[in-house]
Order: sequence, then structure tokens, then C-alpha cells
Amino acid sequence: MAISFTLNGRATTLDADPDMPLLWAIREVAGLHGTKFGCGMAQCGACTVHIEGQATRSCVTPLSAVEGQHVTTIEGIESKAAKAVQAAWVDLQVPQCGYCQSGQIMSATALLEQNPKPSDADIDGAMSGNICRCSTYPRIRAAIHAAAHTMEG
Amino acid sequence: MGEISTSVPAASRRGFLKGAAATAAGLTIGFHWAGPLRRALADTPKDFAPNAFVRIAPDNSVTVIAKHVELGQGAYTGLATILAEELDADWAQIRVESAPADASKYNNLAFGPVQGTGGSSAMANSWMQLRQAGASARAMLVAAAAAEWNVPAASLTVERGVVHHAPSKRQATFGELADKAAAQPVPAKVELKQPKDFKLIGHKLPRVDVPPKTNGTAQFTIDVTFPEMLVALLQRPPLFGATVKSFDATATKAVPGVVEVVQVPRGVAVVAKSFWAAKQGRDALKVEWDDSKAEKRGSAEIMAEYRKLADQPGKPARKEGDAAAALKGAAKTVSASYEFPYLAHAPMEPLDAVVKLDANGCEIWAGDQFQTIDQANAAATAGLKPEQVKIHTLLAGGSFGRRANAASDYIVEAVSIAKALGANGTPVKLQWTREDDIQGGRYRPIYVHKMEAALDAKGQLVGWQHRIVGQSIIAGTPFAPVMVKDGIDATSVEGAANLPYAVPNLSVELTTTETGVPVLWWRVVGSSHTAYATEVFIDEIAHAAGKDPFAYRQALLAHHPRHKAVLELAAKAAGWGKPLPKGKGRGIAVAEAFGTYVAQVAEVTVAPDGKVKVDRVVCAVDCGIPINPDVITAQMEGGIGFGLGAVLHGAITLKDGAVEQSNFDGYQVLRIDEMPKVEVHIVPSPEAPTGVGEPGVAPVGPAVANAVFAATGKRFRVLPFAAGGTA
Repeated sequence: MAISFTLNGRATTLDADPDMPLLWAIREVAGLHGTKFGCGMAQCGACTVHIEGQATRSCVTPLSAVEGQHVTTIEGIESKAAKAVQAAWVDLQVPQCGYCQSGQIMSATALLEQNPKPSDADIDGAMSGNICRCSTYPRIRAAIHAAAHTMEG
Repeated sequence: MGEISTSVPAASRRGFLKGAAATAAGLTIGFHWAGPLRRALADTPKDFAPNAFVRIAPDNSVTVIAKHVELGQGAYTGLATILAEELDADWAQIRVESAPADASKYNNLAFGPVQGTGGSSAMANSWMQLRQAGASARAMLVAAAAAEWNVPAASLTVERGVVHHAPSKRQATFGELADKAAAQPVPAKVELKQPKDFKLIGHKLPRVDVPPKTNGTAQFTIDVTFPEMLVALLQRPPLFGATVKSFDATATKAVPGVVEVVQVPRGVAVVAKSFWAAKQGRDALKVEWDDSKAEKRGSAEIMAEYRKLADQPGKPARKEGDAAAALKGAAKTVSASYEFPYLAHAPMEPLDAVVKLDANGCEIWAGDQFQTIDQANAAATAGLKPEQVKIHTLLAGGSFGRRANAASDYIVEAVSIAKALGANGTPVKLQWTREDDIQGGRYRPIYVHKMEAALDAKGQLVGWQHRIVGQSIIAGTPFAPVMVKDGIDATSVEGAANLPYAVPNLSVELTTTETGVPVLWWRVVGSSHTAYATEVFIDEIAHAAGKDPFAYRQALLAHHPRHKAVLELAAKAAGWGKPLPKGKGRGIAVAEAFGTYVAQVAEVTVAPDGKVKVDRVVCAVDCGIPINPDVITAQMEGGIGFGLGAVLHGAITLKDGAVEQSNFDGYQVLRIDEMPKVEVHIVPSPEAPTGVGEPGVAPVGPAVANAVFAATGKRFRVLPFAAGGTA
């Protein structure tokens, strides 16, 4: 069955099982590998994408649910917040193994798009669905603050 | 900087010219470029590859060949820094590429003839090797320039990848000199820099792998795809040690996209055109298991058995004086038992490997941590010779020890599936799910520690008896002849048998158990439990003696200056002794692991309902010459978070042999809302560098537990805290 949606700004039609999680449709059908598989049950956030601007766990979102929607992955983010987040991630040397970082960046970007000046508590609230086993958390916090500061200027 | 190659090209390697082997033919072969697409370029005969660790191309790029896998610990950056320092390269021209599996060139000098990464050994074993490799390449570049300009080599200087002749104002880049340098003889001996002259080592250079890890382009094993590649999921037995009796794949084969269902030694593999098809197919599979030889005990029964064993003496791991007599004659004794659960590594990238197998060879793509062992096991599984197994080591999405195991479990599974499919050259990706990972075994073992201390009338520590009961990680592996001596697995007692405190009568004993649960080293290995037992117990002793826990330790460390220095630095930086409000507490701990010394002071707030919040951890680390202070800081931060997650929540439990957790809902790890503020202080040191990937994990548990005691008077002696154990 064909599902049509906008993927990273492009009209996209994927011919796949409508029950297939969006994660696997993005990875194996659309061929975009930046979005990662970590748990398959919305526990770790490695698969986070934006659907209509909302940070969403693609591993539990069926492909059929994005019919007609705007889906953005790590490969397609280009908002002011996204650029600020990615620059801060490099400046503060956030990643270690790096596997969870696409998801972290997608969650952080969505946070800043909705709340341009988050407190530590806001960051904890928005980011606690994203696990990092390397525990890059102190740098994630600092990088979100740094990105917020960049966006102000 | 910022460019890494995550795949090794497949073309044959004609070897590296080493030692005095360089000839007039030039050093033209060496390594290839970043990937297959660039291979044509790579074979241009102008690259300068004077040894197995560096290649300089006419485009002025300097490619460092990393023999250690990048698991997040910063190995690529550290290895490149060491070599680039002696080469006097510019950091911006550095690239890093993963070495092929070839123990003749890339063995870990700490592991003997084995190529692999572990024990926080990457920097320590590469330190002199890569300095010499860099200095040697530099000397050849200088010699080439000297010959070209007809000036003495001694009149030349090198700075940031450019060779200068000041009197004539001539200069040339490494790239410009590459082909001429290739014709120079490899020097028999090179002089290395004095540490005071280091320009890269000791500086916060940016990691080489950060840019691709912030834009989704970093390639992990899960991202490897080939046309016609199949994806396999393996149904493993529900109990450790069970085997397949029979299976019914009727429903599985009806799932669109499922290609084949094959039985392999570790279970039944569902092979499909996509992950999703394989997953649905596996969900539909019916397997009957023979569990007659399976482990059926629960973890509670195993723990109960260990408690009994801890009442009996074990085999001596260290014996000084007469601890039993000291206990009998003591003015005061202190005793406590500590219990540690099974722990899963749970790296963010579930285990995976891509295998291409045919009659002539086997190619493997994986975040491979144990190349030589994996090569041998893959070869044995496939019926090939080890040299017919080619391993492409990719970035690994974490490991914490999991990807290095003597059985090469995930690699062997993938090869066995490719073999069952007919070894027809079709690439197969074996993908573990999170459930496979949490339930798949190879855990940090359960341990029970039973401890008794003797104090004299002045509160001086005069006797220490420490009994450890647990399973051996090393028994039954190829490492046993070296690492198990007189029945003592070194990894079971490290951090305990080398207790740094001055105690005249000391006995450390080990009782090694056997269970059907597969176990494995887990970040910081023995010190993941011994540091907790020893550092909480010394706190209990200090309390019993009525002494300050920092001062008590300090007095016992007179002969261990590096322990003492980190302890004092952490205490000072944390404001040890300053009063804290009610409900808050401060705790301290120190540990040495893999030659690195770490002390931490934790500050906690304990809510009236008992919930522990760790507010701040101050960490002091001595890892010899700091190669990259920012990477060291990151590893301490990460180690603290990793260790804290385990102490607060981490436990794999078994009921009737079956693992009770299956994903991150049941096996809880640290999340950002529980991450304390971390301050890291690095001790300046002239000693050779040691590792930082693991040691930061060791002290955090006891520091936090001691802080909770300071706040509440409650001792956590059963981990995790979530189990509520204060026995």
C-alpha cells in the first residue's frame, strides 16, 4: 500500500506495509540512516523525528499515521534552532559513541522551537525520553543552553 | 579534522613497508583511501605510508590508522593526537581510518598477539608505538626536504604540517613532500619530543568523530546496506542453556518479505528482506525448546547460595599477617556484606554484524572490539582459516565491554546464519533487538562480598578480611591461562586484592562459582563491585572509629601517593568539611583501575520519602600525561552517569532461569533528569598515559552511598538502591 507524506520537505510516496513503523520505513524504504533503532518501544528516543514539528518516536508510529503529514529527520533539519543546536553540539563536543545523538538533536531542536529559553528543568522534562548510555547529559544540557543563547543573538 | 572513514576498502593490501624495507621503489602501496568509491584515487603511487599507522597523500591529508575501535571513548582522537604530535602535523589535516584485522601489525601490546580494545588500554599501549611512528614519518619528510633543497636536515624545522628552511625561506607541505619522502630510508632510530615541547598532547583538540555524529552521517553497522542484503533476527532460547527441540515456521513463512528460516546452533534465524519482515516473522515463529540442561535457578536463589558460601573461607587472593587473629584480638570489629546484581551493558546500538560468506572467504562489518578472537571464531564457524576472514571495523554505538567476548557471540551467530543460507555470498545483517540484548546474557556477574575489620583501641585499622563470591568472567576463555592463577580470576578480585590502605593483617579471599548464566566484563570490570565494597566498608570503619572518612583514608594512603593526591584534590575542590543543610550529605571514594587513579566526592539530597538525588560529583583523575583533557573530562562525566545509573536502578533478575527484564522499561538506566553536575579536575603528571574509558565508573557508587549515609545514617549494602537493600 502506498503512503504519501512530506519527508524532509519533499513529497514522498512509500509503498510499504502501513503498519510498518515509520522508523523502518525511513531507514529501509526511504534509505535515510541517520534515525536510529534503539528499543522499538518508545523508551530510548534514538528514533526521534519531527512530525508536524513535534518530536515523535518513529519506532512506534505506524507509517499509515503520517499520511499527508510533514516528517523531518536529522538529514532534513534546517531551522534556526536546528542549526544552533548542531553548532552547539560541535562546540561543546557532546557526542561520544554518537548513536543516540540524532535523536537527542531532534528532541533538543523541537524543544527550542517551542521554548526558546528553557530552564534546566524544562530541558530535563523534554530530554528525559532520550537515553544516552555514554551519559553525555551534562554536555547536552550545556549545549541546549548555548544554542538558546545563540538564537537570542 | 572531522573526517573519518568508517569502512575499510576491500581491495587486497600488499603490506606495509616497515623498518629498513623501504627501497627505491618507494612507499607507494600502504593503505587505501576512505572507502570503495575513492579507491581509484587511493591507488595513486604518490602516497607516503612509512609504517602501518600513517599515510600522507599528495592532497596534504594525513591519515592515521586506528588499531582500536571507536566506541565513544575517544580512541580515534587520542591515537591521532599521539601520532600527529611527533609528526608535527596540523590537526586540521588529520583523518582517521580503522585498521584492518591483522594482529601481526595491529595487536594490542597489552594483549600480546591479539588485536582488540579493552581494559582502557588503547592510549597506554599505543603511546610509544604511535610516537615512534609519527617521529619516523617526520624524519623521512625532513630528509626528503633536505635532499631536495640540498641543505642539512638539522637546519629544517617542522610546524603544523609544513617543513621550513629558515635561512632560505623555503618551505614545503607534507603533501608536497609525500612522494619524495617515500623514497627515503626508514630511520633506525628516532628521537622523541620532551613533554614540554608537546603542541597537541595536553590540549583540548576537537574529536575527529564529532561532526558526523551531529548530522546523522556517521556510519554504524546498522547502517551498512548492500543490494540484495538480507536481514536476520535470531530466536534464542528463553532459558540459558536450552536448545531447539523443534520449530514450526509455517506462519513465519507466510509473512511477506520472509525469505528463509534456518536453524543454527544458537537458535532459529528468520531471514528476510527487511528488519520489519524479519521481526514479524520471528514474532510468528513457534519453537519448542529442550531445557533439560538449562539454568533454572532464579537470581534470588543464586544470591542465597552465594551468601552461604561467603560464610566459608575462599582461596587466598592476598594474604598479609594474620587477619583472623587480628579479628579475634580486636578492640572493636566492623562487619558488613554487600550484594551486587547482574548488569546488562545495553549499548545504544543493539548488537549487529553484516557478514558476506562464500567458499573462499568471509567479510564482516561490525563495531568490532576483538578482531583477532572474532576472526578465529568466525573462521572456525565458517570452516575457513582466520586469514580468510576480513573484518571491517566500524564505529560502534557503545559497548561497555559487550562487543568483546571470547565466544564472539554475535559475530558467530551472523556467520552461522550466512553458512546455513548456503554460504552463497549474499550479505546478511544480523540485528539484535533491545529485548535480545537485555535477555541475551553475558552480564556483569552477581557477587557477594563479606567483609570484617579489626580496630585497635585507638580506632586504628589492624585487620581486614574480605571474602568475594562470584562467577569467573575469564574461566573457559582463551585468556584463562594468563588471567586465572591458582584458582584466582584476576578480574574477580581486582580493586580488592590490591587494596591500597595500610593494614598489617589482611586477607582477601575468593570463592568462584559456576552457573549457567553467561557473564562478561562490564565497564571497569572487577572494580564495578570491588570499589563499592571496599570504599563503602572503609567508610563504615571510619564511622565506627569516630573519624572523618576523608582523613581516615588519607592517613592509610601514605605509601600510595597517587591515590592520596586524587583523594586530596577531590576533597579540596568539593569543599570537604563545609557544613551542608539537613537532608544533604557528602561522600567520598577513591579507586585505581587500569593504572588510572580517580577520586570522587558526591553531594546528595535525600527526600523525606528516601529518594536519592545526586546534586553534584567532584572528580579528580590522574591518568598520567593527559592526552586530551576534554576527552578525559567527557569520560569522567560519562563514567559517572553510567555508574550512577547502575547503582540507582541497574539489575537483571532471573525467575526460574528466565530474565525478568526485556527493555529499558524494566532495565532502567540513567536519564538526563538524574544526571548530577560534574566537575572534573585532572592531576598534572609526567607518567606515561593510562586509560580513561572505564576508571571514572568505579568510585561513583561508593561516593554516593557514603553521601547518603552522611545525610541519613542509612547504608545501602544491596544494589541497586531501587531494591531498597540496606541489609
